[in-house]
Amino acid sequence: MLISQGIQFSYPEGKPFQFPDFTCNEREQMLLLGQSGTGKTTLLHLLAGLLRPTGGKLEIAGSSMMDLSSAKMDKFRGEHIGIIFQTAHFIDSLRVEDNLIMPQFLTGRKIDRSKAKDILGRLNLAHKANSFTSQLSVGEQQRVAIARALINDPKLILADEPTSALDDSNARGVIHLLKEQAELTGASLIIVTHDQRLKDEFAKSVVL
Amino acid sequence: MNLFTISWANIIRKPLNTTLSLMLLAFGVGLISLMLVMENQLQDQFDRNIKDIDMVLGAKGSPLQMILSAVYQVDAPTGNINMKEAQRVMKHPYIADAIPLAYGDNYEKYRIVGAPHKYAEHYNVQLAEGKLYERPFDAVLGAGVAKESGLKIGDTFYSAHGLEDATDVHTNREFHVVGIYSESQSVVDHLILTPIQSIWDVHTEEGDSIPDDEKEYTAVLLKKKNPLAMVTIPNTIKDTNMTIALPAIEINRLNENFGLGMQALGVIALIIVVISFVSVFISLFNSLKERKYELALIRTMGGSRLKVFVLILQEGMILSLLGFIIGFVFSRIGLIIMSHQMEENFHYTLNDMGPIPMEWLMLLITIFVGSLASLLPAVEAVNIDISKTLADG
Repeated sequence: MLISQGIQFSYPEGKPFQFPDFTCNEREQMLLLGQSGTGKTTLLHLLAGLLRPTGGKLEIAGSSMMDLSSAKMDKFRGEHIGIIFQTAHFIDSLRVEDNLIMPQFLTGRKIDRSKAKDILGRLNLAHKANSFTSQLSVGEQQRVAIARALINDPKLILADEPTSALDDSNARGVIHLLKEQAELTGASLIIVTHDQRLKDEFAKSVVL
Repeated sequence: MNLFTISWANIIRKPLNTTLSLMLLAFGVGLISLMLVMENQLQDQFDRNIKDIDMVLGAKGSPLQMILSAVYQVDAPTGNINMKEAQRVMKHPYIADAIPLAYGDNYEKYRIVGAPHKYAEHYNVQLAEGKLYERPFDAVLGAGVAKESGLKIGDTFYSAHGLEDATDVHTNREFHVVGIYSESQSVVDHLILTPIQSIWDVHTEEGDSIPDDEKEYTAVLLKKKNPLAMVTIPNTIKDTNMTIALPAIEINRLNENFGLGMQALGVIALIIVVISFVSVFISLFNSLKERKYELALIRTMGGSRLKVFVLILQEGMILSLLGFIIGFVFSRIGLIIMSHQMEENFHYTLNDMGPIPMEWLMLLITIFVGSLASLLPAVEAVNIDISKTLADG
């Protein structure tokens, strides 16, 4: 599903990052563990195609991320990768349900509101479909962000520090939700984190 | 869901910014629009009323006042002229046609004008109901008079001395309404026409009549046969109290003076429009700072650069279009108010509410400049560094 071999990246001014090799199989769930400064977010952006590696080999779902043009990359990402960022952000002027169908609309798929409602139901958010995202609690916002990452049935779900701001029980809740939903969707799940608490939850982890 | 819904949602999420931009734009557009329409319609009516009248013969006084009074029936006449002396001019070989007018009385502020039938014919005014005036004290109402005064065929009324006053009523002689003209958008719409004899007789007792030597006209509308008329005729009337005024020249002078005020107003309106576009630009650019993350998000969810570009450009265009529409409505409300005032003060109407060609051009320019104002923010949005924006988020 995902093969990362010797990928490197360097910002215009800054030391170059050299990332370890790893692979992630279909439906596999894994952690990328690293302290701050190890380039966790950079790696996530590389995996998501938001940044282009300066060296190495990165392949996702059979496509080499090195070769895709920037326009094709936008489309590929929209269709195959669901991303959950550290802090949940939305299009503030749209309601929860409309935010959820954005990935469908932006990738040119058929708008399927019943699917959006299903997913909201699965995450216990059905009653919030018509709220503005700014009216939700932080926990609810994070669940909406997860719902949005699932809507296009991605092959790969990437999550950036989803638990860093949560206490133990909430962190466990979010992780279980992510694992469960990834499984339901049939997606691989990669979580980038420094949160050692998650180590026991995943069979596979790579330390940066 | 489409790009329009998203742009629209963004516009109404910022009601204050949106209102400011819209108000400025609507105000500027409305002002320009109102000026254009008024100029258009007034020019039309001015031209129509001046049609084929080369000269006006009247008592000595301000030539502009003579024109406004005799041609447009808005000002007071400069005085009366002797009929016999006037007829000498009317029969001059250089004159093709002459329409004598006698006026100075009113019925509820509608001017009663004594004139031959060819006065109405000159403006192609058709009879809508009844018959033309034949005998003294027959009266035919202009369309506007009939509509507003409530007078009908068969009704009678007394005239009052003066053009607006109703204190000195000539109760000795009764006018009979015998006909009503159809609407012509000319000066006749707001007049009551009658034989000239009525005007003479109204100031005498029943059975009396003024001797020919004392009969007077108020003005004569002249059409020349020979351009030399304009040079020779003033010479022939040097020794009388009469003078000649040229409508084309007087109206040009009037336009030049009026035009200056209109131009100043136009410049102010234009400045307001420019400010409104700057306001659209600033509000888009400002909101861009807040929405940077949002736009980066759109890109991560598969939205292409083009979509982001269209999204922002569209917001400027929607604002411009809305501003234009509101401005158009403003201008029409203004037009109705102005029309009301003009009707009351000058018996002139502005009644064509439809868009004029210049306004279509304005619409195109507005949308074009609106998209221009949003072009820079749109380009900025396209070039957002997604990774950096998200990492900073």
